[in-house]
Formats: sequence, structure tokens, C-alpha cells
Amino acid sequence: MAKVLVVTSGKGGVGKTTSTAALGAALAQQGARVCVVDFDVGLRNLDLVMGAERRVVFDLINVVQGVAKLQQALIRDKRLENLWLLPASQTRDKDALTAEGVGRVIADLRTKFDWVICDSPAGIERGATLAMRFADEAVIVTNPEVSSVRDSDRIIGMLDAKTVKAEKGEQVKKHILITRFDSNRAARGEMLSIDDILEILATPLLGIIPESQEVLKASNVGAPVTLNNVLSAPARAYIDAAKRLSGETIEMMIPTERKPILQRLFGRRAA
Amino acid sequence: MSFNLLRLVRRTPSSAPVARERLQILLAHERGARGQPDLLMSLREEILAVVSRHMTIDPDKVQVRMDRGKKVSTLEVDIEVPNGFSGSVLAAS
Repeated sequence: MAKVLVVTSGKGGVGKTTSTAALGAALAQQGARVCVVDFDVGLRNLDLVMGAERRVVFDLINVVQGVAKLQQALIRDKRLENLWLLPASQTRDKDALTAEGVGRVIADLRTKFDWVICDSPAGIERGATLAMRFADEAVIVTNPEVSSVRDSDRIIGMLDAKTVKAEKGEQVKKHILITRFDSNRAARGEMLSIDDILEILATPLLGIIPESQEVLKASNVGAPVTLNNVLSAPARAYIDAAKRLSGETIEMMIPTERKPILQRLFGRRAA
Repeated sequence: MSFNLLRLVRRTPSSAPVARERLQILLAHERGARGQPDLLMSLREEILAVVSRHMTIDPDKVQVRMDRGKKVSTLEVDIEVPNGFSGSVLAAS
């Protein structure tokens, strides 16, 4: 049965798009049929992070308004044949989206994919509420930083009130994904610890993504970090998180970079 | 005082516990207020209505502030009153 997952946060710049691309690619690599949907109308970026920016013809709004068929707007990933992208519009504004229209598109996507992953825009306005509206599950991307944790708390409140599931008296299954985590700083007491964040937000943990240069490297070349460097620390953390989403029980750990032997000996960076 | 001494002893005071405590206080308040109309806005409007019955005031010169602490919160209402009324207000208070 298809699952609709929203990747959300309230705060901008915490890693929603990176996480959508990385989790989508990891789930597809594990054999699922996955569609990632960009809800950031007017500021789309999922196409760029996925490396599909030059292949966008039609978008979510065209499909919602019936100008294009869903099949025409879907872009198949060049690396993984069971990974697809439904881009957002860059020229229209978010008011062009209606709840009924989005509901129809999501219902259609449910019949074609195992996972429909909605990349929410930042904020709590229409784009963000529509991205979460039809979700079965939610990944709340949180940085170990006060403003991000506060916004995550607000978004959790919205997931419990303003979704179709909530209105039916059911619950959207929520997961916290901590990104940009620096174990050393947390150990020195300079950064909120994992336990602090989980206690404050009272929501189960999906994964801990360590702060890493690999994330920028991957977006530079237009590849989800889980495809660009599978063995890197963030990729391994996202792959574990994706397995947990599929129901596997994976021990929670924070991966560290495995340095090549020469680099370890000389303590220099080769790249 | 004791806090300062503690800071001197510990060379690198950790900031994470401060972040944690600030968040816990803030979110306890925000969760309580969720879904309710904006308390300060309604306070401001009602206070404005009461005071306007007795004197002419400029609605833009009414400030309502709330400072939330762990144990006690303070509500501060600051209304600028035109000079003609200052005498009677002082007498009343």
C-alpha cells in the first residue's frame, strides 16, 4: 500500500530538500517505487538537487490545473529507474494550488508508487499546509539549534491538527530527523544533545545525519547524497533512516567519515 | 554571584543546557496558547475600549507587553495619554 510522507520543518535551510532527495533515492535503491514531489512553488529546488533541472517541462501546478497529465510531468531519474520527480512550478505562485487539486494528484500518485515523498516549503503558510495535508507519515527535519526546535514543535502541532488524518481522528506518524549534527560540539555542551531534542519534542527519532561536506558536494553535482557517495557518513545515516521508514529495526548510531588510510596517516585532505 | 563564580571555575561554560531550559519554558507557553486567539491582541483591544470611554487616546500609542518567566510572568500596559488628561488621572491614582 502506498505511503505519503511529508518532509517538513517550519524553519528554512535545515535540510528538507536534501533529506527528501536522499531518503527518496535510498528507498528507491532498496527496491521501492518512489516519487518525490516538490511543493515549494516559486522557489523550486528539488529538481536542482536531483540533477533534473534541465528536464522539467510540466509541473505540479500544470497537473493540478489539468493543463498536463501526471505522466507528462513526471521525470524519471537517470540513475535509478524506479525513482521519479514531480517538480514544482517556478513561475506561478502557491495560490494556484488548491486542496482538492492536490488531493486528486496525490490520490493518483498513490496508485503508481510505494512512496510519495512531499518536500514541503519552509514556513507555515499554504504551501506547507498543502504539502502535509494528505500525509500518512511525516519526517520533521530538525537542526540542534533553538529556533529549529521551536519551529519543529509548531509543525508537530499542525500535523496533529491540520491534516486529513487528524481531521478523521487518526494520527500522522511522526519522525524526527536530526540533521547537521556535530557529535564533538554536543559532547562539549555547545550544542543541544539528541536526548534534549527528543525530550523537548516528545517524538521518536528516525535518524541522525552528521554535519558533513559531502552534502554540499552532492548538491553541487546534482545527485542525492545517498547516490553520490554511498559510503559517506551522511549517506549511511540516510540509508539507515530509509530502512527504518520501511519498518526495519536498525540500531541508532551516528556514522563518522571513514578516511582513506593515507589520509589518516598524514592527516591531510586529498581532495 | 554564585553563577559568576561557577563560570570562573569552569573555563568553558556549556551553552546547551541554557538552550534546553529556554526552549522548555517557551514551548510550555506556546503549546498552551495554541489554537486560542492571540491573548495580547484581545487584551490590547479590550483595555483600549475601557480607557477610551474615559479619555481620548491614540490607539497607536498603546503598548501591551508580556514577559514570561518560569514562575512569574509580568504584563505591562503602557498608554500614552494626551497632556490635558494628566491631572485628573494623577488625582484618581
